[in-house]
Amino acid sequence: MFKWLDPYAKSETLYHLCGKLLPYLMVSALALLLLGNIWGLAFTPADYQQGDSYRIIHIHVPSAIMSMGAYAAMASAAFVALVWQIKVAHWAVLAIAPIGAVYTAIALITGMAWGKPMWGAWWVWDARLTSELILLFLYLGVIALHGAFSDRQVGNKVASLLALVGVINLPIIHFSVEWWNTLHQGASITKFAKPSIDPSMLWPLLISILAFALLLLALTCLRLRTAILVNEQHRPWVRKLVGG
Amino acid sequence: MVSRIFLQRELRLLARQKADWLNPILFFIIVLSLFPLGVGPEPNMLRIIAPGVVWIAALLSVLLAAERLFKDDYRNGVIEQLVAGRQSLLAFVLAKTFANWLSTGLPLILLSPVVALLLGLEQAALLAMALTLLLGTPLLSLLSVLGSALTMAADKGGILLALLILPLYIPLLIFASSAIEAASMGLNYQGQLAILLAMLLLALALVPMAVTSALRINVS
Amino acid sequence: MYFQSFSDFLAMGGYGFFVWLSFGVTYLLLLGLIAVSAYQQKQFKQQLTASIAREQRVKQYQEQQV
Repeated sequence: MFKWLDPYAKSETLYHLCGKLLPYLMVSALALLLLGNIWGLAFTPADYQQGDSYRIIHIHVPSAIMSMGAYAAMASAAFVALVWQIKVAHWAVLAIAPIGAVYTAIALITGMAWGKPMWGAWWVWDARLTSELILLFLYLGVIALHGAFSDRQVGNKVASLLALVGVINLPIIHFSVEWWNTLHQGASITKFAKPSIDPSMLWPLLISILAFALLLLALTCLRLRTAILVNEQHRPWVRKLVGG
Repeated sequence: MVSRIFLQRELRLLARQKADWLNPILFFIIVLSLFPLGVGPEPNMLRIIAPGVVWIAALLSVLLAAERLFKDDYRNGVIEQLVAGRQSLLAFVLAKTFANWLSTGLPLILLSPVVALLLGLEQAALLAMALTLLLGTPLLSLLSVLGSALTMAADKGGILLALLILPLYIPLLIFASSAIEAASMGLNYQGQLAILLAMLLLALALVPMAVTSALRINVS
Repeated sequence: MYFQSFSDFLAMGGYGFFVWLSFGVTYLLLLGLIAVSAYQQKQFKQQLTASIAREQRVKQYQEQQV
């Protein structure tokens, strides 16, 4: 059924495909990011409850959504890599992990900066913040595990395995944290009712989410190209390409 | 048959290397006795923090033992032989897990009356603690076997194992400590125990599979 | 434009510090990641070019010796 995908599992084809897509993806991602953010920052009305602080939503929500999207992508790549033994998919796992970690860090930092004026503290043990922190640990675990092996092949496979274990655990962690949070502290968080969002605020937000998704793709292309070169450095096509 | 041989081998190794299982137990007791010194001997205060303290001490002491689980077998080529000889890796993994639980999990359960004494827990909370340890320590063993298998061939161990395993421990920590807390307040805690059991069964089904593939990857 | 003046825009209704902090950190991290990823690729290519050139020099030298 997926026979048409086969050529893209070949690293050389994929390298050139990524190279072709990269400029379009990168330019459109950055343009949409600027458009969404400027629109959200300057051309939408302030929230009636939160004033102008709500404008952080235009980076907080996209980065939070895409930090989870990146994990899903990484785990899918890990699954493909381990089940069908496709090397390129192993490299994709390691290419995505740092991007996901940076997105998660952005979601955490912007969440803190939003929480300070709204909740009065930089950090509260809110269920979502806690889950996001644990997500960061999982990303760092994948990166650190890969880095601990001197044999790159083994490191790739083990990191993919950990990404898969993590994706099974993630829902369990998420629900237990949510349950724990409602048990320990209720009112302080829930009084911050989510405002039903006005269409004029929604459009820039959707554009920013799209921009973060495209940026994830663009960065994956960029990093995957490097990974292909590093892993295939002794193959003739790479030597011809680089050596000239 | 095969698993019995593996188990006998594990137990013989444990009997020879007493430090491997004595150190975590000592560590557990020392950490628990440091807490009252750190936060003050107030009985009410101790009773409030006890559930969390017990479980964090248990996590750390199991982690201490996890570091070396597969290292020696990897270095002297036992695992390579098992993989190459097409022996049942699953039996080996199960024996390893069971031996790990016998040497680190079981002592913690047996020590729970002492812990209750140190932290001033009542009978109901003691019972809850023993039950959560009974359900939780096998899960701890499974996860530490997994972490140890993943990092087996890694050149730089150290903090890595903690970074991998501790996020996976979080659900266990949450539900186990909340069960003890509920018990000390005289509430029903069967729900938490049921969730712990569910997590244990899920891990029992999935972790050995992940461990065998991790072992295969590491020696390939 | 929602804001009356540019200084209003910077003040963000009193939340300027938090808003600009989050946007600043976000752009810094994203651009940093792009820069690091691009730099890694460039550096590896240079490294590989150098090592291929060195191998060829070694090969030439050995052929001369024979």
